[in-house]
Amino acid sequence: MSYYFTILSPTDAPLFNIAFGTSKSGGDGIARFRFPDTAQYMNQFIIHSSLDIVEEAQWMNGNLYLKHIDTYPPAQAYISAFLTPSGARFLLLHQPPQLPSTSSSGGNTGSSSLLGSSFSASALGGGSSGRASSSSIAANPTAPQTEEAVRQFMNEVYENYVKTVMSPFYRVGLEIKSPVFRARVTAAGKKWL
Amino acid sequence: MAHPRHGSMLSFGGGPNNTTPSEKPLFQNAPISTASQSSPGLRVPSNRKTIYDRHLNRSRNAELSRASFAFLFSEMVTYAQRRVTGIQDLERRLNEQGYPLGLRLLDLLFYRTIAGSSSSSSASALSTSSTTSSPPNRPLRILPLLHLIHGPLWRLLFNRPADALEHSVSPDTPNEYMITDNDPMVNTYISVPREMSMLNCAAFVAGIIEGVCDGCGFEAKVSAHNQPSEMWPGRTVFLLRFGESVMEREVVLEKAGVK
Repeated sequence: MSYYFTILSPTDAPLFNIAFGTSKSGGDGIARFRFPDTAQYMNQFIIHSSLDIVEEAQWMNGNLYLKHIDTYPPAQAYISAFLTPSGARFLLLHQPPQLPSTSSSGGNTGSSSLLGSSFSASALGGGSSGRASSSSIAANPTAPQTEEAVRQFMNEVYENYVKTVMSPFYRVGLEIKSPVFRARVTAAGKKWL
Repeated sequence: MAHPRHGSMLSFGGGPNNTTPSEKPLFQNAPISTASQSSPGLRVPSNRKTIYDRHLNRSRNAELSRASFAFLFSEMVTYAQRRVTGIQDLERRLNEQGYPLGLRLLDLLFYRTIAGSSSSSSASALSTSSTTSSPPNRPLRILPLLHLIHGPLWRLLFNRPADALEHSVSPDTPNEYMITDNDPMVNTYISVPREMSMLNCAAFVAGIIEGVCDGCGFEAKVSAHNQPSEMWPGRTVFLLRFGESVMEREVVLEKAGVK
């Protein structure tokens, strides 16, 4: 399972981005998306295209966590959303691994071929055989366990986001640059996803 | 700290030892996802505790000294009073000082109610009880928003709820709501000169309310007005005027049955 997490301001300006992979069931925490290296923008594209749905759901449902709201079938990308009361949106794109071998093979972890390996695998495979293979939350992005795990992750990020916002040196709407915040989000991802 | 040094390095950029200047711009232009893995500019306090290590509920029941607040607030008023053109301008400045506060308080308020509902001081809101006792909802309609301001927000700020919440009776202005505070804490030690009798320094609080409304997605203009009564000479009414878009959405949501 690969994740792309982004925070958008109420006016849709990106405040924070991070890509990471699962650490559960032997994952090494490295994102392997199905796009080639040259197409990393696809993640952002898919996430931003779900904003319309977020804005629709925003006024129908008063919860902070809006659950899984959008799917992009060509890439099997699932998007979950969390809204802070002050209007910032947390969006998480998750993409299950294509083949069971992709998640377990840690051999080719050259920093340049992070995305390339999964791309070649997806070009060969194509089926969704990987979904039933493992029992972890990575298996099924719409399962209740996954929703719960994402909710916990979002809540933890929210706590850190509130701390950021409460800082007198941070103005609402600015990009979040704190390396500590990044480390906290990474840790939350490791813990829950 | 890094910037002035960086600038001075650039000024003698043709010098012999310019290895660092050539690296620096590269680092600054790096995409956000990869930047800040190493953090040269980061300074941590001597006890190694950043704001992220502090618990947000730690100061939950702590109270601020009223004297120090009064002193600070009087300085804020004095600061705002510099080079203003009139009372309205002064109130606008006070309002602008309160606005960002409202945006922040909103997030804090919700965080504390989430964490408070689990009634444990354990780290983060991860306890399972938050699934059983439902976490608070974002206000979708005007009325829940007003109740949020009247109750929880006022308690967070002043340790008591506001005194009244009213809807405008005039049919011309259905978008006007009023929140009354009989004795605003911020005005306790402010004495307004006779020639400025229109001034109400609770415009600061009005700014906070405006920030909360805007943060929730309810565009509004909030102003503070003096409405002394015999019993409460300092009674202040906060007038909330919601924007056109809010009222339109209100109608749509009512039809959709959203509460």
